[in-house]
Amino acid sequence: MVDDALISLDGVEKVFDVRRRVGLMRREKRQVRAVDGISFAVARGEMVGYIGPNGAGKSTTIKMLTGILTPSGGRLRVAGIDPARERVRLAQRIGVVFGQRTTLWWDLPLKDSYGLMRRMYRVPRARFEENLERCVDRLDLAELLDVPVRQLSLGQRMRGDIAAALLHDPDVLYLDEPTIGLDVVSKAKVRGFLRQLNEERGTTVLLTTHDLQDIEQLCERVMVIDHGRLMYDGALGGLHSAGSVGESERTLVVDLERELAPISVPGARVVKVEGPRQWLAFPAGSSAAPLVSAVAAQYPLVDLSVREPDIEDVIARMYAGRG
Amino acid sequence: MAEAVLEREFAELEVPRARGRLREGLRGYGLIVAMWVRSTMTYRTSFVLSTVGNAAITLLDFVAIYIMFSHVDALGGFTLPEVALLYGSCSASLGLADLLLGNTDRIGARIRDGSLDTMLVRPVPLLAQVAADRFALRRLGRIGQGLGVLGWALCTLDVEWTAGKVLLVPVMLLAGGSIFAAVMVAGAAFQFIAGDAAEVQNSFTYGGCTMLQYPPTVFATDLLRGVTFVVPLAFVNWLPALYVLGRPDPLGLPGWAAFLSPLVALAVFVPASLAWRAGVRSYRSTGS
Repeated sequence: MVDDALISLDGVEKVFDVRRRVGLMRREKRQVRAVDGISFAVARGEMVGYIGPNGAGKSTTIKMLTGILTPSGGRLRVAGIDPARERVRLAQRIGVVFGQRTTLWWDLPLKDSYGLMRRMYRVPRARFEENLERCVDRLDLAELLDVPVRQLSLGQRMRGDIAAALLHDPDVLYLDEPTIGLDVVSKAKVRGFLRQLNEERGTTVLLTTHDLQDIEQLCERVMVIDHGRLMYDGALGGLHSAGSVGESERTLVVDLERELAPISVPGARVVKVEGPRQWLAFPAGSSAAPLVSAVAAQYPLVDLSVREPDIEDVIARMYAGRG
Repeated sequence: MAEAVLEREFAELEVPRARGRLREGLRGYGLIVAMWVRSTMTYRTSFVLSTVGNAAITLLDFVAIYIMFSHVDALGGFTLPEVALLYGSCSASLGLADLLLGNTDRIGARIRDGSLDTMLVRPVPLLAQVAADRFALRRLGRIGQGLGVLGWALCTLDVEWTAGKVLLVPVMLLAGGSIFAAVMVAGAAFQFIAGDAAEVQNSFTYGGCTMLQYPPTVFATDLLRGVTFVVPLAFVNWLPALYVLGRPDPLGLPGWAAFLSPLVALAVFVPASLAWRAGVRSYRSTGS
């Protein structure tokens, strides 16, 4: 274990008892190991991506790190504090943003929520003003401060939530799906802000995401978790080469007028056929435009969509590469 | 780096561990309550209407008893002013607990939708946040109505007032409010295990109050034993009111038992807070 680690986990486990109904009255008790012996350390100032498929144990880990859940076994420390034991004290040291859950006050202007944070966290006024000004400036919140939160768009609210999590100068910022459902502009703004925060203030950031670009643009270090176990811990580049035969791929999904044999167009290969729908994989670096016109010229095209490569693909290929 | 160290120091300076959890809880409670009051005031008309409605509904509640007494002279041997004393005191006590902790029954919903998570990452004890959740000033309506009926009863009753009896009236209201509050905390703790048990909780608080509005003499002895020795609701208003009225306890408890109410109120917080702690520790959160 590294000495100056801000976050350290040693053989951490979380076991849930799941009761399942079998028959009318009888219930079967089963144990689910959501987190099954995870150990890692994060040093101050690192920015780490924590990824894995749904149900892999990501959220459970984050919830143990924030003190929401009590681990079933192992040792866990954040800033020297045992989260489950001293949840309230830990709260002063961490910032948490749940992508799908706002902590802002729905009916009140955005700035009222910030005022509450100042008092709740006992932030000295001068420091509060300074932090708020920086967040407002960089997250573009100036015009939103007087707007009731219920009137904000998803992207605006997310920016508002991120600011709310940072006003008390936390050592660690946990972000659970910070860019989920955001448009391209909002995503870029959020990412830019996080990078700056990490570089200038040295805030340690741990984020879970399904968006590969979040990781590519923000994290030098990636941890992959699956079935409650840590599968990979290292640079993103290493993950690519561990898992794939080259760079990641985008997918063009085409709906044809009728069922056809796998179509053939240059620069892409069919990876899946399902009735009149076919999936074509093509390199992430190239444009979809020539491919679309090629398909449209040769085949009866009804509809299409492009899917960006995501974490799941990379992880799936990582397993395929190993297996 | 120096800045980071400084930051840590101020974080630790500001929340010394020695500071009582109770004080921290009350402070956080006050902050959150203020936010809810401001939220309510953004819908001013709705607030006024619901406060008036709240008071009207609770008033009708007493009108029902009043109408009953236009047909009978006594209920279980109790006259209308005597029943009004029972009604007013338990209504005001419950109103007090309801105002201060009334939304603890919402914790079941918060557990199910996972929004309890956002409370758990804040530097305020969870119980204070749950108690302050959706704080509603309109609940002052019930307290006002209870105090009104109680005031009428005290003026109308033909009682020989002694210092003990005078003292017992405010003590009864506060102790009664605390007993209801402890029941609410225990009920909230139970919801960690039972998922959605708001109705179980309500049957003890609102249901209990409906029972306490009537003289103990109309109920079966077993029920009286239950609410005296198991869930000590009898200490909310029955025993103190019986003392004030100079009537004997149907279970034969001595008169001084009425003065045990504050002690009972403190005692019930022990199992309630233990249950609460166990509940929080067993919290499992939701899928993601």
